[in-house]
Amino acid sequence: MRPRNPILWIGLVLVAIQALAAAVGPGVSGYEPNAQDIMARLQGPSLAHWWGTDNFGRDVLSRAVAGYRTLFTISAVSVMGALVVGGTLGVVAAWRGGWFDEVAMRLMDVLFAFPLILLAIGIVAIIGPGAMGTSIAIGVVYTPIFARILRGPTLLLRDAEYVIAARAIGAADWRIMRDHLVPNLAPVILVQVSLSLSTAILVEASLSFLGLGTQPPTASLGRMLAESRNFLVLSPWPAVFAGLAILLAALGFNLLGDGLQDRLDPRLRNRT
Amino acid sequence: MKGALLRRCAEMVFVAFGVSVLTFLMIHLIPGDAAQIMLGAADASPEKVAALRERLGLDQPLIVQYGLWIGRALVGDFGTSIWTGRPVLEEIGGRVGVTIELTLLGLGAAIVIAVPAGCLMATLRASVADYAVRIVSIAGVTMPAFWLGTMLIYGTTSVLPGVQVVGYVAFAADPLGNLQRMILPVIALALPAVAALSRVVRAAMLEALMQDYIRTARAKGVTEGRVIFAHALRNALIPFVTAVGIMLGYQFGGSVVIEQVFALPGLGRLVIGAITERNYPLIQATILLATLVFVGVNFLVDVLYLVIDPRARG
Repeated sequence: MRPRNPILWIGLVLVAIQALAAAVGPGVSGYEPNAQDIMARLQGPSLAHWWGTDNFGRDVLSRAVAGYRTLFTISAVSVMGALVVGGTLGVVAAWRGGWFDEVAMRLMDVLFAFPLILLAIGIVAIIGPGAMGTSIAIGVVYTPIFARILRGPTLLLRDAEYVIAARAIGAADWRIMRDHLVPNLAPVILVQVSLSLSTAILVEASLSFLGLGTQPPTASLGRMLAESRNFLVLSPWPAVFAGLAILLAALGFNLLGDGLQDRLDPRLRNRT
Repeated sequence: MKGALLRRCAEMVFVAFGVSVLTFLMIHLIPGDAAQIMLGAADASPEKVAALRERLGLDQPLIVQYGLWIGRALVGDFGTSIWTGRPVLEEIGGRVGVTIELTLLGLGAAIVIAVPAGCLMATLRASVADYAVRIVSIAGVTMPAFWLGTMLIYGTTSVLPGVQVVGYVAFAADPLGNLQRMILPVIALALPAVAALSRVVRAAMLEALMQDYIRTARAKGVTEGRVIFAHALRNALIPFVTAVGIMLGYQFGGSVVIEQVFALPGLGRLVIGAITERNYPLIQATILLATLVFVGVNFLVDVLYLVIDPRARG
């Protein structure tokens, strides 16, 4: 037996804390994210303001929590969209084979050829900056990844002996999908969703850092970091914590995905 | 070998064609009248809009428009920048050097550090140190480069108040000044890549060290250093080459963002500016050219793969 999986647990705890904070909302630290207190501007971390205050005296922690909400919502919506569209495409392509497989996968090759950030920027250029633009951009970017990741295992399953046997005794397609495909693909999906969320968070934060993400007054960690660069010399704390929040969000999901991979893939269990 | 090469070639041509079609369609996916939007709703005279529609061929069938567009693109005519009136290719040419320098320095620094770091990590497996290294390297991968860059600026200016860390001077004008200003952006860009690439090296080394030829080498008394560097590393480099090819695209994307942090006048700042100005010919040309470069690089990586790994030729 290997030691218990600390990476999985650290990831799970990080994600749980942040998701909980985002769910409870900005009130969690006792301040309104937009409430200004000019007398208390540019403070460092203290008992009253754990993460300090910004140039308007707004509480950095409650602004970060509001930012988490936006970050998680956009990342989750776009990764789920990519999973549904890309994943379905990959599974159906592998299952049906032939020309459909060829056409679908070559299309995915084309999408995959664009450098990630550049594709996202191009899509934002079409739709316009904002939550809608970034969600669609990130969703499109991750679609070929899910198509590719799910096509491989589906191909193996399609030709697996027990699936051929199930088909031979007359099991319907939906039944094979429910009883064999879904349980076998679930670990792959779980790992990939977790890892994709981690990078989608970074892409969303990059886009809003560049001013292409959610627009004011919606809170955004990327924009918060960009804005706090203007008074970096006076107080680095808002920049420190905005970036730290982005890092912790991406880190949590990445550790979770990495740990899940160890846990769920028996082939890896005795390696590394 | 020949068959595999031909197949890669055909795939590359198809992907390049697909990329050009998607990039072309971009302008047609904009909600509303593209010509009107490009010129800005307020100050565009009807004549100007009509002239732009004419130039873009917006009233022609889509296939004809694509033919016109790609035909011009193939001879280097991507139109004129809507705001400056200069040829788009000229605008890109003036900026691309900064981005290439940043991307290549970032990738080069990452490779130089990642290979020995990955080898070291492979020898630490299954211990407490291994978990610590894994968590640190995952944290490195998820490190937002634009935050790291910001913190580097703050740290450096606090310690060395007089040093100019933001801004750009051309290499030709002042080589030392140029490189000095590249140090912080390159660190910000390279660190996440070091983490990602060293993980690849580590995994590939562990895989290679389990092979029979390693046991044979040890059995015949080869020193451990030679086993690691001459036998295992050479084989571990095969997946590493693929990872480097992919990483080049990521580094390019990263430098687009990092340019904003360090006020470097590269492609990133050009394209971000173009979005707010709705300067679509410039955006299209940048996306098309950059993507085609990466399609070409990945093709070369595939060819290199065929050369160094006989198993891939089958």
